[in-house]
Amino acid sequence: MEHITLLIGIVIVTALVFDFTNGFHDTANAMATTISTGALRPKTAVAMSAGLNLVGAFLSVEVAKTISGGIIDESSGIRPEVIFAGLVGAIIWNLLTWLAGLPSSSSHALFGGLIGATLVSVGTHGVHGQAVVMKVLIPAVAAPFVAGLASMAATRLTYRLARTRAEADTAKGYRAGQIASAALVSLAHGTNDAQKTMGVITLALITGGVVAPHSDPPMWVIASAGLAIALGTYLGGWRIIRTMGKGITDIQPPQGFAAQTGAAATILASSHLGFALSTTQVCSGAVMGSGLGRKGGVVRWSTAGRMVVAWGLTLPAAGLVSAGAAFLADQGTWGVTAVAVSALAIGGGIWAASRRKPVDHTNVNDGPAAEPAGVVTTALQTVAPPPAGPVASPASAPTAAKAVVAPTHPDPVVAPIHPDPVAAPTHPDPAQSPARPAAATS
Amino acid sequence: MHIDWAALGQVFGVSLVVTVGLVGLFTVGIVGVSRKPAAEGAPATTPTAPAAGARAGALAAFALCAAAVAYGIYLIVAA
Repeated sequence: MEHITLLIGIVIVTALVFDFTNGFHDTANAMATTISTGALRPKTAVAMSAGLNLVGAFLSVEVAKTISGGIIDESSGIRPEVIFAGLVGAIIWNLLTWLAGLPSSSSHALFGGLIGATLVSVGTHGVHGQAVVMKVLIPAVAAPFVAGLASMAATRLTYRLARTRAEADTAKGYRAGQIASAALVSLAHGTNDAQKTMGVITLALITGGVVAPHSDPPMWVIASAGLAIALGTYLGGWRIIRTMGKGITDIQPPQGFAAQTGAAATILASSHLGFALSTTQVCSGAVMGSGLGRKGGVVRWSTAGRMVVAWGLTLPAAGLVSAGAAFLADQGTWGVTAVAVSALAIGGGIWAASRRKPVDHTNVNDGPAAEPAGVVTTALQTVAPPPAGPVASPASAPTAAKAVVAPTHPDPVVAPIHPDPVAAPTHPDPAQSPARPAAATS
Repeated sequence: MHIDWAALGQVFGVSLVVTVGLVGLFTVGIVGVSRKPAAEGAPATTPTAPAAGARAGALAAFALCAAAVAYGIYLIVAA
């Protein structure tokens, strides 16, 4: 340990920062539905998830050994500068998507960053193109469909089976099931994602000659990576939680249970069968599927669409930032310093921007209400007839306030099938009247 | 370009079956322990308590779900 140079020290710190952003970015995966259905209070949920992430970090070191999952040829001359540049790109993309409240895969950001940095510093032979397609692109496309269809079917089934029972009687059961599924997702996340950081740190230590090649991560690496991801999880990416828990669809307890179980089953099945799917895409897909599975359920495709765009951009965007960072860092010490300083500046800027409209545990369940409804949406909601029959019976009671909650973006397709039979036609809030030329595009 | 369709199909099938199976099982458990709705015509305020058989079936369903969770934890630890 006495041979750790300043550069390797910087890489380790950067890796831990990435781990931290990974934690708060991915809290939503495990806890968004749990928080939005009220199964757990926001603070309790993130605390539980953080604890399980920490435990998960200590459970296994298998993933850490492969580090980049074979995407990068680690013997092709990867130096600490390259890892550093890759991490910077991943962190910046994670922060940007967090600011926008979009769930995007932290693993893809890391892969993209490492690929971009490797392309600039080492060249195309340092990247395994086939592995990129097999381990990133196909899983990213497949994950939402697999998890979405499973959750949709499960949502249909659970509503059908429990249709004769009063909502009050089943709520407790659904809550317990949802918490159990969310706990499994958290644990799996800790094992998988904390290990990625351990792998990165170990790789940096190996390239610096501090530890022997092919060795397991040292204990202090495991502990610090686990702590960083747990701390990030505990602080909670409330913006992303809001998008996943409230923005994509309105989640009732049965849906939350079905979505979370679908996510847990898909994550475990895929990683166990050797076709790892990204947690973020699995969970988002599961939430969408549960929205489609409930009669009268609505998926806000505009939000979902922005999310999918963010998924598509993750790899190239993180790669581009990292490529620039790698180019600078290759210039020597001043280059590394310049990258570090600008990364700090950008991170600080994004944080400052987030403070203008802070989202935290107190307003995470407000949903997209904070933004004014679009004129078109409001107008369509006003004229839309209430859906026939008690299709949305579980929805009616708690959603009185949600009539004012319009989708984040005006979406004329969504509006006419508003699920709420009570509140849709009568707007209690005069401010929402369609005559008002509200800021339509927020 | 070789795409491992078999593995993808397997993941899809297993995820679907496990999710639907577990959610269904758990819902059976929830239904088993919750009160039956009042019969047609009877006063709505007197729902009947679940029968002993339904309760036992529900407990069995919950036990199977717990076993599935335990297996999930095993998969995470052994991975």
